[in-house]
Amino acid sequence: MARKPEPMQVVKQRRDAALTAIVDSIPYARFLGVTFDRRGDELTGILNYDDTLIGNPFLPALHGGATAAFLELTSVITLGWRHYFPAIESGDLDPEDMAAGNLPRMPKTIDFTIDYLRSGLPRDAYARASISRAGRRYASVHVEAWQDHHDKLYAQATGHFLMPSPDQDPGTRNAG
Amino acid sequence: MSTAEFARKFIEAIPHANALGMELCDIGQGRAVIAMPYDTRIVGDTRTGVIHGGAVSALMDTCCGAAVMSHPSAPGGTATIDLRIDYMRAATPGQTIVTTAECYHVTRSVAFVRATTVDDDTDRPVATATGAFTIEKGF
Repeated sequence: MARKPEPMQVVKQRRDAALTAIVDSIPYARFLGVTFDRRGDELTGILNYDDTLIGNPFLPALHGGATAAFLELTSVITLGWRHYFPAIESGDLDPEDMAAGNLPRMPKTIDFTIDYLRSGLPRDAYARASISRAGRRYASVHVEAWQDHHDKLYAQATGHFLMPSPDQDPGTRNAG
Repeated sequence: MSTAEFARKFIEAIPHANALGMELCDIGQGRAVIAMPYDTRIVGDTRTGVIHGGAVSALMDTCCGAAVMSHPSAPGGTATIDLRIDYMRAATPGQTIVTTAECYHVTRSVAFVRATTVDDDTDRPVATATGAFTIEKGF
């Protein structure tokens, strides 16, 4: 007999709690006003507009540094989220335990290259990262950001990341 | 108003730079130095207290833009075309980080910039950056 699937609410609650624990462990995400929208394992970063994000008050336009930080946060969190997703699903990583501060290590940025395609308008921005390659030690991530129209990107970036080593990484130690 | 004075006024009017507590230390002749004090709000990992790479990026981007603005060719404004940042090591928690940016070449429309960020241990860079910036025409 196949195991009965978990009720949808249990699955959603577990995933959302794990994601919240990861994002809450990064004070800078709150400072910037970056939040995440989750659909299954897909994440969309949201840079919630605030006047303090402005870099050129005369245009006005978003600060390139705020955009860079937003794209980097979206990349790291998406990469970490996907890396630990199997452990979150299997129960090896417990969201309550994570919220209490027992978080697995996140990937570290090695380098990050940002292309600014258009000036950032003074309103919300969105970003989605795709993992081009996730190796055992290194990962390559591409991230795209847009505002009003998804097909008119305002910035994109590529970055390389050092993955957490398995012995520092309780969630995936037994993942084989 | 000299180019350096104009650049200083321009930088000091940036809301995001102010929100991050950036302080312009030196500017002129296509070179800028900006400091950013340690702040728990810009930490990337609560367990280590290390500031987030994104905050370092924001400092680098601002400082590179400032270097362009202070170039003797007196651009009327600038915007980042691209910026590559290499992270060498974590900045030591509690220490101010300082970026020095140098605009080493300009054409009519593009400025080329490099920057280095250090903390108290100035011999070991925290991060380096290279970027291309637009040159907006003057007034």
